[in-house]
Amino acid sequence: MDLILQPWPWYVSGALIAFVMWLLLYFGKSFGFSNNLRTLCTMCGADKFAPFFQFNWKTQSWNLFFLVGAGLGGYIATNFLTTPDYVVAISEATIDDLGALGFAAPTAYAPASQFGMEALSSWQNILILALGGFMVGFGARYAGGCTSGHAISGISDLQPASLLAVVGFFIGGLAMTHLIFPLIY
Amino acid sequence: MKQIKFLLAGTLFGIIMFKSEAASWYRIQEMFRFQDFHMYGIIGLAVAIGVPMVWFMKKNNAKDFSGAPIVFNPKAWSIPRYLFGGIIFGLGWALSGACPGPIVVNIGAGFVGYIIVLIAALFGTFLYGVLRDKLPH
Repeated sequence: MDLILQPWPWYVSGALIAFVMWLLLYFGKSFGFSNNLRTLCTMCGADKFAPFFQFNWKTQSWNLFFLVGAGLGGYIATNFLTTPDYVVAISEATIDDLGALGFAAPTAYAPASQFGMEALSSWQNILILALGGFMVGFGARYAGGCTSGHAISGISDLQPASLLAVVGFFIGGLAMTHLIFPLIY
Repeated sequence: MKQIKFLLAGTLFGIIMFKSEAASWYRIQEMFRFQDFHMYGIIGLAVAIGVPMVWFMKKNNAKDFSGAPIVFNPKAWSIPRYLFGGIIFGLGWALSGACPGPIVVNIGAGFVGYIIVLIAALFGTFLYGVLRDKLPH
């Protein structure tokens, strides 16, 4: 039990993610989380605005169950599968870099100033969250997949398109981290 | 009730994402600074297992639990679609510290800020759907 309560090392986590991919293939589906974004838009009536959303969303209902499960997993893990003193043990170099941008060293899983209740009292912060989410949703559908669909499933299937998408993920991520972060924080 | 297995698979995925710290904003910042092996180990190992696994399934015409063949759909090659789409996604991934799966995991873990991220992601997807014909693919 103690091993489960500790953070899981990369070699356990990576193998388990491959297991989840296998599980979905065995269930006759494929691992691609951001498909849910399109499904949810369709369910909200987006099919009246663009042909992209005109499909039978019920064919993707299995993925919505997977999505609800992911949220449930986050709830279970944080409430029952961690120790009370848990913080994310990132490297000293990252703590220093984030400190220079004004972020305190980790005291939880994510910075409360960005994602906790208090984060909603700053309109600048809400703007950052909205902009980040907007680009995730736009980019994931433009690229036809996110980390699960391209970096894990697509590269496992040796798809050149997925490799290019992952190169794009990193160009965008590195530009945000190294060029844009110093301007906004 | 046939869907329960997907709920359970999703729950397992959510626990893995949380416990591996792949859903932590801090780990994503660390990853894009190349300051620890952790995230590269996770993704690298998943792919190192996934490549021979998919190869083996294709070679043996693997069947799913119902006996139907497991199909892998090749992705049509295009530079602008994957490059531009990927870059926009990467900008958002680093800014919000989460890709779509971890957004939901963080909401479950009680970080309410990610509710805004999720709603905005739905707006992003909606705008993509509306502009789709005008974008280079």
